[in-house]
Amino acid sequence: MNDPGGAAVALRAATLRYGRQPIWENLDLDVAPGERLAVLGPNGAGKTTLLKVLLGLIQLTAGTVTIDGRPPTRGSARIGYLAQQRVFDSDLPIRGRDLVQLGVDGHRLGLPWKRSRQADAAIEAVDAESYAAAPVGLLSGGQQQRLRIAQALAGRPRLLLLDEPLLSLDPASQQSVTSLVDGYCRAHGTTMVLVTHEITPVTGIIDRVLYVAGGRWAAGSPDKVMTTETLSSLYGSRIDVIRIRDHVVVVGEGAGTHHASGGGHHRGGHVSAGYQGDPARRERS
Amino acid sequence: MGLGFLLEQPFAQHALLAAALVSIAAGLISPFVVTRGMSFAVHGTSELAFTGAAAGLLVANNAVVGALVGSLVVAALIATLGARPRERDSAIGAILAFGMGMGILLLGFYQGYATAATNILFGNIFGVSGGQLLVLLALGLIVVVVMGIWYRPMLFASIDPETAEARGVPVGRLGLLFLLVLALTVTGAAQVVGTLLVLSLAITPGAAAQRLTASPLAVAGLSVFFAIAAADGGLLVSFEFTTVKASVFITSISFAIYVAARAAGPALRRRQQR
Repeated sequence: MNDPGGAAVALRAATLRYGRQPIWENLDLDVAPGERLAVLGPNGAGKTTLLKVLLGLIQLTAGTVTIDGRPPTRGSARIGYLAQQRVFDSDLPIRGRDLVQLGVDGHRLGLPWKRSRQADAAIEAVDAESYAAAPVGLLSGGQQQRLRIAQALAGRPRLLLLDEPLLSLDPASQQSVTSLVDGYCRAHGTTMVLVTHEITPVTGIIDRVLYVAGGRWAAGSPDKVMTTETLSSLYGSRIDVIRIRDHVVVVGEGAGTHHASGGGHHRGGHVSAGYQGDPARRERS
Repeated sequence: MGLGFLLEQPFAQHALLAAALVSIAAGLISPFVVTRGMSFAVHGTSELAFTGAAAGLLVANNAVVGALVGSLVVAALIATLGARPRERDSAIGAILAFGMGMGILLLGFYQGYATAATNILFGNIFGVSGGQLLVLLALGLIVVVVMGIWYRPMLFASIDPETAEARGVPVGRLGLLFLLVLALTVTGAAQVVGTLLVLSLAITPGAAAQRLTASPLAVAGLSVFFAIAAADGGLLVSFEFTTVKASVFITSISFAIYVAARAAGPALRRRQQR
């Protein structure tokens, strides 16, 4: 597992520490082109940090990371990034269209007077034509999120990084955002890495799960990773994964409660994991 | 003295020109001050331009250069001590209080000119020499050029810093550049309205413009227009009422525009929604 080969994203013994505090260690992971990976774990497990590593904003403490075989470069046009949703103030002087346009040329010098066909196409792709001219701050959370996705897609990325794309959205908006992203990635063969702490709404659109907790990690199909055994070893404490009909419920101290739907399609039948020896010794010292 | 006579005088023409240039600079940065939540930084920088001006008067008999050095030093201090927004305000408060105290001390040494303090605090553009006017012109031009070049990435970084950073915008360095431009603008605006009233040119126009439209370019245009209307309008009115300082009219016009914009804003912006 040393050659990144044709992987869209490849991590080799990737380790990140803040000071001496490990965030995650010896992470080995390949994400194939067109694959969709969900990154799960409790708050502070380094999920967002992983996206920032892929964006080239944070350097690994040890190990390597490549995107399409090359080290990440800051501001790469190949990557579309949806940061965790922030509320736009109602008097923010910017319209939906401007926001999307910034995704195309916001990093370029000059005045923001241009209006590109790329931005128009992205707005069309998320069905936001009817409210793209409105001030962003006056739109609903779901509408804002669609425009932000259009912004991320406007550069026609090959890799889409989504940080909690469904957070604070109502179920209907969650559904529409999920199918929007799913449809786009399918149509364009776009690779997707999606950070979430709730797996339920995205089970239908992901191939694989990377679960990070307590400096350790496990990767594989949702069925293999979301089990009592795997999660208990990750957390180093008793975690119960209960399957009720089509749902998987994760209950335990430190894990919060996640719901995971057991349906969906899976790829690969094994779990790879990054912990050795007695997990209880390495955790909660 | 009639208005027509005054308008033919070089000192009045220079004052109007300097006020217009300073207003263009202030109008351009004003929306960013509002969006980035940096009103207190403007206040802090301008208060300390007072300290700089007092020092400048004492050392070289030149308040403009003193104010420029003062506000640049403050911008650098704010950048180093207050990198994060929350600690920024407290850092500015700490620097501001100390700096004002030093300013009063310095001014105490400057004998014979009790009006000096008033002029620095409340502005006196007619007392500015030809050479100092040139400095103001240069300051205004620098700000206009810098903002013209970096407007778009600055907008991106102000509105959505996280995404901007991921797209390769040097958010941190643009923040420094903005502080620098702010310092230059404050120095210029302080000559027109005084260090205490810089806010009326560096904050109010942008705040008013944002109430009326959400188009970034229209906001910039309106903000510049409002700043010029207030500064030059105030100067013109002061030609008629020579016993009152121009700053009174400038701040009044600026405030009137703001109130009108707040009143008209909601309806206008709602119409934009469609």
